Amino acid sequence: MDFFVPILAAAVRSGTPILYASLGEILTERSGVQNLGLEGLMLMGAFSGFTVTYSTGNPWFGVVTAFIVGIAISLVHAFLSVSVGANQIVSGLAVTMFGTGASSLLGRKMIGLTIPGFSKVPIPFLSRIPVFGPVFFEHDPLVYISYGLVFFLVWFIFYTRPGLNLRAVGESPVVVDAMGLSAVKLRYFYTMIGGGLASVGGAYMSLAYTKMWGEGMTAGRGWIAIAIVIFAVWHPARAVLGAYLFGGVGAMQLRIQAAGTSFPAPVLMMMPYIFTILVLLVISIKKGRGILIDSPGSLGIPYSREERG
Amino acid sequence: MKYRIVFRKRFRTGMIFEGVLPVLSVLAALFLAGVALMFFGVSPLEAYRAMFRGALGSWYGFSEVLVKTIPLVISGVAVGFAFRMKIWNIGAEGQIYMGALATAAAVRFLQSSSQFSMLLAMAVAAVIAGGFWGCIAGVLKARWNVNEVITTLMLNYVAIHLAEYFIYGPWRDPSSLGFPMTPPFPPSARLPQFLDTRVHLGIVAAIVLVLIFRLVIRWTRWGFEIRAVGENPKAAEYAGIRYGRNVVMVMFVSGAIAGLAGMTEIAGLQGRLQPGMSPGYGYTAIIIAWLARLNPWGIIIVSFFMGVLLVGGETIQVIMRLPLASVQVIQGCILFSVLAFEFFRNYRVLLVRKERN
Repeated sequence: MDFFVPILAAAVRSGTPILYASLGEILTERSGVQNLGLEGLMLMGAFSGFTVTYSTGNPWFGVVTAFIVGIAISLVHAFLSVSVGANQIVSGLAVTMFGTGASSLLGRKMIGLTIPGFSKVPIPFLSRIPVFGPVFFEHDPLVYISYGLVFFLVWFIFYTRPGLNLRAVGESPVVVDAMGLSAVKLRYFYTMIGGGLASVGGAYMSLAYTKMWGEGMTAGRGWIAIAIVIFAVWHPARAVLGAYLFGGVGAMQLRIQAAGTSFPAPVLMMMPYIFTILVLLVISIKKGRGILIDSPGSLGIPYSREERG
Repeated sequence: MKYRIVFRKRFRTGMIFEGVLPVLSVLAALFLAGVALMFFGVSPLEAYRAMFRGALGSWYGFSEVLVKTIPLVISGVAVGFAFRMKIWNIGAEGQIYMGALATAAAVRFLQSSSQFSMLLAMAVAAVIAGGFWGCIAGVLKARWNVNEVITTLMLNYVAIHLAEYFIYGPWRDPSSLGFPMTPPFPPSARLPQFLDTRVHLGIVAAIVLVLIFRLVIRWTRWGFEIRAVGENPKAAEYAGIRYGRNVVMVMFVSGAIAGLAGMTEIAGLQGRLQPGMSPGYGYTAIIIAWLARLNPWGIIIVSFFMGVLLVGGETIQVIMRLPLASVQVIQGCILFSVLAFEFFRNYRVLLVRKERN
């Protein structure tokens, strides 16, 4: 147990940025928009969160800034994919390119600086439960917020009226329009909130995980988050499982490396990516066998009122 | 009198408009990127002037642009092949690395004094390795409908780490004073360079590949199948065109071409395998194929433009001490603006007089 508890705790920690991004993407994709720009959004979040935290000393300001920055950049994606009806894959790639470039251009003066960032706040009583306590309840506040967010989103998406509207607009924007709601506004809203959450996931990297800024520091986590959304079949609770699984693979890899084995580091670093492909494969095989997969019916299809049919 | 703006759907885009639009959108992109650069504390005019001078202000600069254009054209064709069928090969970067890795392996294990047979072996190795890498995503897509955007992307990271494993590990040059790189290739394993520039024989390969791309897509049965599947997979299926087989084949060819880009890059230019051998050519290729609307000549023109951007980017890196990331910002802005201009392709903007009730 002494060996596994730290690994499981590390899985939660390193899974949290991916979890935020996946939750954001679930909201976006549930509304029918695909945002492949998560990687760029996370980097902008990591950078902007770090900068604001460094100059104000308060990591919460960093989180809020990252959220706003994420919303602002996703606005561009929302405009292109909802209003213009442009290709969402290309637009997402553009967000990633822009975010990667802008964050390293802006962040070049921040390299090498460190911040105290978020510190661990063990929850009284709960953290004393054997195994569960140290794994889940000895973390920083952002991890606890992510727990709350998962419960909130499950409730919101499946048990509330606005959640029903969200699922409806992803399934059939025509119906939503007929209901007298604006499919366009809903898609804008959820694309922006989703992007904001992805950006907060990036901020977690620089504010709580490494506590410094580095170029391209998310190292593909944005893309992994997109794969997890498929793994999670667009369900927030399953995204938790996926994110921690990947966090666990990453944590294992670091631990094996730190243990000083002769196993070459680059081979270990491949593991999360290979794992992503395998997971995606399993999901797709299941889907091929006719196992019901609850994917948004009009995901990635632009909707224009004058062309509804 | 009051006017209002109305958007009317276009049913036909004129020839002139079709030609002017990409130019307009790139200009808008440069403006957009200029605003962004200004916001980041960089004078855009100064940056653009330095970029232009660096890239096109001298013969040397021009030849360097050609050097950059070679891998861009080749990987642009690679990506374009797959895009024709609406298969999103985002993995050209990884396929380039696999091609380069196989090239280095060929140089390491097959010593031949004949330059021709050596280069042929290297090219074959690169084509097979790149094609295999593309094939993985192709098979997964064809057999189980696995999302190729994510698999090809994940395979990029795997390929880059795999190359790093060999560069930092068993293939590291013992005499490189600890620098991670393989030993330099022997002269027989190098592509000849023209005159005293760094432009190498890969430029011929790039042009030939563009011609083949044109030929295959336009004039062969397979090219017709690719286009048919790309336009309407369901209709193609009814017409008896097998989707799965075509996906695998297209991904193999796409990966193979990208692999060749890796081979020409290290055999023509770098002369050894080192980390970061491709500064994102595979990703730039996506923009190129997209901007060129998969038109073969367009790929050459856009690649050249991207080459100017890259060489210019290196110039401002030296002169203005800006990271190469500024090029990425410009590239992102170009994509944004081209996508936004798509709107004007599909709609006419009219000023209509408001009628009084």
